Amino acid sequence: MKVEVPKEQLVYARILGYGTKISILVIAAAYIAYITGILPHYIEFDKIVELWGKKSHKFVEETNTPTGWEWIGLVMYGDFLNLLLLTFLSFLTIICYSAIIPVLVAKKDFIYFVIALVEVVVLLLAASGLIVAGH
Amino acid sequence: MDLTALWWFWILLLFIFTFLLGILAVMAGVGGGVLFTPIVGSFFPFHLDFVRGAGLFIALTASLAASPGLLRRGLASLRLAMPMALIASTSSIAGALVGLVIPTNIVQVLLGLAIIFIFFVMLRAKRAEFPLVEKPDKLSQVLKISGLYYEESSNELVEWKVHRTWQAMVLFVLVGFMAGMFGLGAGWANVPVFNLVMGTPLKIAAGSSMFVISVADTAAAFVYLTSGSVLALITIPSVLGIMLGSFIGVRLLAKVNPRVVRLIVLAVLLFAGVRSLLKGLGIWV
Repeated sequence: MKVEVPKEQLVYARILGYGTKISILVIAAAYIAYITGILPHYIEFDKIVELWGKKSHKFVEETNTPTGWEWIGLVMYGDFLNLLLLTFLSFLTIICYSAIIPVLVAKKDFIYFVIALVEVVVLLLAASGLIVAGH
Repeated sequence: MDLTALWWFWILLLFIFTFLLGILAVMAGVGGGVLFTPIVGSFFPFHLDFVRGAGLFIALTASLAASPGLLRRGLASLRLAMPMALIASTSSIAGALVGLVIPTNIVQVLLGLAIIFIFFVMLRAKRAEFPLVEKPDKLSQVLKISGLYYEESSNELVEWKVHRTWQAMVLFVLVGFMAGMFGLGAGWANVPVFNLVMGTPLKIAAGSSMFVISVADTAAAFVYLTSGSVLALITIPSVLGIMLGSFIGVRLLAKVNPRVVRLIVLAVLLFAGVRSLLKGLGIWV
């Protein structure tokens, strides 16, 4: 017995499925390169072990780690390349929502088109770096 | 040699733990963060800031890994989840901002109380697997929230519809805020809201909960990320472990009996709730 699944749901599932699988492979490869020393470290592991029990703002201060999106300029280091790949995982949701918007338009599903559009705006706002919590 | 002084010892242990957690999380319909944060925060040497940051990514990646399979099989519904995800993601941003400044012990106590409360609500529920919805409400009819899914354990098609939609929307404001504030996934709250308030079958509730987590935690994760509370060295092995575990868990989900799923959800809720409460009170630190 099979049930009919809406087209936008299948589109969302297909992109998310590929995106997640590709992400796993790339993240695994980058992490291995990071911990084996193939990629250079911005913060040495001994220093991380010394500081990983302290509050994050102390960690940031003592390692001179940039916050916001300033760390993007340091992606040549394994620490931040791995962080960038984690960020890509977060962007998958935005990509999937953007992909189903044309499907919803084609189906003339106005309410869900608006919901998807507003969701993309909310997530982009969160990703913009304009919303940063102080400690 | 003192293994606990070595970085790779903790990273390997973290990977094994999250792999097992990934299998359980999918079957229980939770993101995994609700278990990850109290356990890793207690038994690993990392500060709770980094554990909460990793916990959010744990919940996010578990839900991302599980969602494609659930959506394809009709065990998650976009029509049900999208409006709730919008509400939850918006409030999770506000929750994340508050969560990063509020004293941790207060957050832990509130979290423990909330989860234990939900445990008792689900324990007393009489129609949790296939709730009875006599008449769908007007809002759900406007949004066309209803569906059909194949129940493998009984080999039949199950038709579902929902009620109390606006009440659920109000609850998702709170759920999203708490998810962001605690730095956790919110399957422990999403599932009861979908299942007990709106009246969706338990499997649809668990599947759609995964989708809501993937969206709400995306928003909160960005806030943690840009605030310096995500440490790649501990977050990545956690993410990889939970993803690999989730791929196995999602295959088991369609084959297990809804009653078994319910028992797993209850066990997960009770353990995580008691653990959070005792930690917040300083009894089991």
